[in-house]
Amino acid sequence: MNEQQHLDTLSDIKRLMERSTRFMSLSGLGGIGAGVSALVGAYFAWDLLNDGGGRGGYGYERTSETVLVFRLMLIACAVLVAALSAGFYFTWRKARQQGLPIWDASARKVFINLAIPLGAGGFFILGLLDLGYVGLVAPSCLVFYGLALVNASKYTLTDIRYLGYVEVVLGIIALFNLYNGLFFWALGFGVMHILYGAIMWWKYERKAA
Amino acid sequence: MNPIGNLNKVFESRIRLGVMSVLMVNEEVSFNDLKEVLEVTDGNLASHLSTLEENAYIKVHKGFIGRKTNTTYSITKTGEKAFKGHLAALEAMIKFSQ
Repeated sequence: MNEQQHLDTLSDIKRLMERSTRFMSLSGLGGIGAGVSALVGAYFAWDLLNDGGGRGGYGYERTSETVLVFRLMLIACAVLVAALSAGFYFTWRKARQQGLPIWDASARKVFINLAIPLGAGGFFILGLLDLGYVGLVAPSCLVFYGLALVNASKYTLTDIRYLGYVEVVLGIIALFNLYNGLFFWALGFGVMHILYGAIMWWKYERKAA
Repeated sequence: MNPIGNLNKVFESRIRLGVMSVLMVNEEVSFNDLKEVLEVTDGNLASHLSTLEENAYIKVHKGFIGRKTNTTYSITKTGEKAFKGHLAALEAMIKFSQ
């Protein structure tokens, strides 16, 4: 065996260690897609709150308006579906280009580690809505989502950890600016996703495309 | 000193080396996940796994998911030491030849 073969062996080892623990196909374009859906959703929500309420502000104090809350929930669900579809589509496309399986052991680890904090957050937020604390919804979304990202970052691109930190910090700032909840929600889920997606695309996918 | 004296014979096969690499960084890996990541056939993988087991480098856990068997593998302390030694030997050898 010559030197080159040994170097190949070492790089094989490194690749296997990485590929077996980390899900590498997460796409930056998916992040951009999710961010755009969030911004569109935030625009509709803002429109609804300003127009539908008949008076200015975000109308969080009038929690008795269940219709308004219901409509906002509809927008939120639409955003969720659009963001997830964009994320899945671009990740699936990237995995196929790299010839990697999309649903392997490392993808399952990412999914489970995202799902636990997100599930907890989801039920927590349903509880808040039930109690009428509508203003706490946006900060809670950001904090739980950020913690989910930090948790899952061990099993995918490490950069996602920083996005997680940013979301947590934004969530906490939003908690102290309750009446600007929608603004922070749009900043965290819209602008930050687009920024993060663009950076990831620039870092990992530009050459391949 | 002989630069290849510290290389471990058991790790001469690429597949065994691959199995050890994967088990170093994962607590427990199932047979199917190993097969997927290493891209090898059942029989081939099984025979290399049994060699590693005979050397006490890996531990086998037989379990069930419903009625289907689910066999998982993990690295032993001996295996970890042997693999690290092998990597150090590889590194030393590359430095030696430069």
